[in-house]
Amino acid sequence: MPPLLEIKGLKTFFYTKRGIAKALDDVDLQLEAGDTLGIAGESGCGKTVLALSIMRLVPSPPGKIVAGKIIFNGADLLLLKPQEIRSVRGREISMVFQEPMTSLNPVFSIGDQVAEVLRVHNQISKQDLRDRVVELLQQVGIPSPRDRLKDYPHQLSGGMRQRVMIATALACRPKLMLADEPTTALDVTIQAQILDLIDRMKEETGTSVIMVTHDLGVIAETAQKIAVMYAGKVVEYAPVEQIFSTPLHPYSIGLLESIPRIDIQSRTKLLKPIFGQVPSLYDLPPGCVFQERCSHTMRVCCEEMPPLKSMRPNHLVRCWKYL
Amino acid sequence: MNDDSLPRPLLEITGLHKDFPVSRGFLSRSPAVVRAVDGVDLNIVSGETLGLVGESGCGKTTLGKLVLRLLKPSAGIIKFEGQNVGALTGGQLKEYRRQVQMIFQDPYASLNPRRKAGDIIREPLAIHGLGQSKEAEDFVFQLIELVGITKEQLQRYPHEFSGGQRQRIGIARALALRPRLVVTDEPVSSLDVSIQAQILNLLKSLQEQFNLTYLFITHDLSVVRYMASRVAVMYLGKIVELADNDELFIQPLHPYTRILLQSVPQTKPGRKNKMLLYCDMPSPYDPPLGCPFHPRCPEAMKICGEQPPDTLEHSAGHRVACHLY
Repeated sequence: MPPLLEIKGLKTFFYTKRGIAKALDDVDLQLEAGDTLGIAGESGCGKTVLALSIMRLVPSPPGKIVAGKIIFNGADLLLLKPQEIRSVRGREISMVFQEPMTSLNPVFSIGDQVAEVLRVHNQISKQDLRDRVVELLQQVGIPSPRDRLKDYPHQLSGGMRQRVMIATALACRPKLMLADEPTTALDVTIQAQILDLIDRMKEETGTSVIMVTHDLGVIAETAQKIAVMYAGKVVEYAPVEQIFSTPLHPYSIGLLESIPRIDIQSRTKLLKPIFGQVPSLYDLPPGCVFQERCSHTMRVCCEEMPPLKSMRPNHLVRCWKYL
Repeated sequence: MNDDSLPRPLLEITGLHKDFPVSRGFLSRSPAVVRAVDGVDLNIVSGETLGLVGESGCGKTTLGKLVLRLLKPSAGIIKFEGQNVGALTGGQLKEYRRQVQMIFQDPYASLNPRRKAGDIIREPLAIHGLGQSKEAEDFVFQLIELVGITKEQLQRYPHEFSGGQRQRIGIARALALRPRLVVTDEPVSSLDVSIQAQILNLLKSLQEQFNLTYLFITHDLSVVRYMASRVAVMYLGKIVELADNDELFIQPLHPYTRILLQSVPQTKPGRKNKMLLYCDMPSPYDPPLGCPFHPRCPEAMKICGEQPPDTLEHSAGHRVACHLY
């Protein structure tokens, strides 16, 4: 079976006064139907731009997808006409954003907002629409949903708002849901509820998920595959078990060593931070993007970008150490 | 330096309350209050890091502000080296402010964008009349070297620095007066993980070097695990559990602490079967009677809804407020 989503050589650049920012540069990824793919990386690595590129929502100008293919369910999303992509958004691919207060419209009731997706994509009677909205809100765990239909976003807590977002995203039973930092604004106990909800909904609807997050713990607990991004490039792609047991790229190794862990007595041992900071996307060095912070830098690293190399089945790494 | 063979508390907090009045519309007769801090007893020993954890709205930041005397308590006493902080005035208060400093969460909002890094770091010295001496200037240079800022960078403005570097400036500013106690409120939560580790290690090495005491406020349990010697867990204005770091993480007693610890995503694929809380935190405007946690507690009994539990010492140094014990 071909994968549900296959991204090949994707380049998304931003043309600004300061120059060209290569937010995504030659990204290759795939996602099997029914899986969750975690996209990990620090701020500015391009993980949100990747989600926006899949939705064809990159703000343009200044952004532009300059090369590549995004093959979803057999068709290249980048070749679709504007009205065609509109019928994909919300129905086949949907998105949950980080901040539910800014992504819900404050002047419409939550019932109307969940109904909107259904109305746009389906011919549906008023009564059926109402029943379906109540059913959806019930599924995502909103207590007494019939009474909450007329509530406005400001009347709900952060966790409840995120549940409404998830109900909206899953209303049309999409094949793929993009979740961009869906729990970052929430407290840990609420985060656990929302992650559990996404997992259950995924099982019920068969939706595949792309989970974009800076939190490797969230990926470990929800995803099957992980792509680690750094400065617009995928530097490692692997099954989650492998990335946490045997990470290969120096950046992945560095990230894992710099996270404080709750499960080990770590107070007496110092964390190993990655020295330096992320390079500016306007001014990337020639060669490997991680060279300035890497402890294994060789001469070739400063000259040429390493290709993604397959080390084991499904385990790819972009590093000269392994070539 | 006095002899500190016996660790006497540097800071003693007894029966601390802070209420904020809230308006419930002009027709409402009874003025309502939010009990942001509701009867907190806590000691901080010199040289330790006391981690204060809790979810948003639990009152941890208010507690930090009370310690700094940026807020006045509604009731209760805070003593610093035996002196009642609430009664300090004039010169004594200024001296207290010298000894107790703060590191803020957001390095973008807490540095004046119109001042150069060097001026920001020297400002506390100027305020306390310590800025003129050669000695003070040498100390500033020593400090910026320790936090990882170069002399040339002192001439730059905050916008020219990254988030991690700004936090280093904020740390240098807090330490310029050689404080005894530093209150850090979410000092790394706006930073990326690779930078977060740099700052946490820096805070640790500075603590050793200057014999600092930290009140470390955060929502992030893994950061507390790494930094704190003792941990206090706060819920709706109350300390529900207090224990040594290892003790709290290995043998948590309060149901809230246990659920909190299980909720933290770990880098272990396939970990499942967490205990989940199936409702939200109650509104602090209308806190539940009895134990504040009982509406969400999986082990709640009848008594939990009727009267608040007393805090008891379960084992040496391990305090818990729960009717189970």
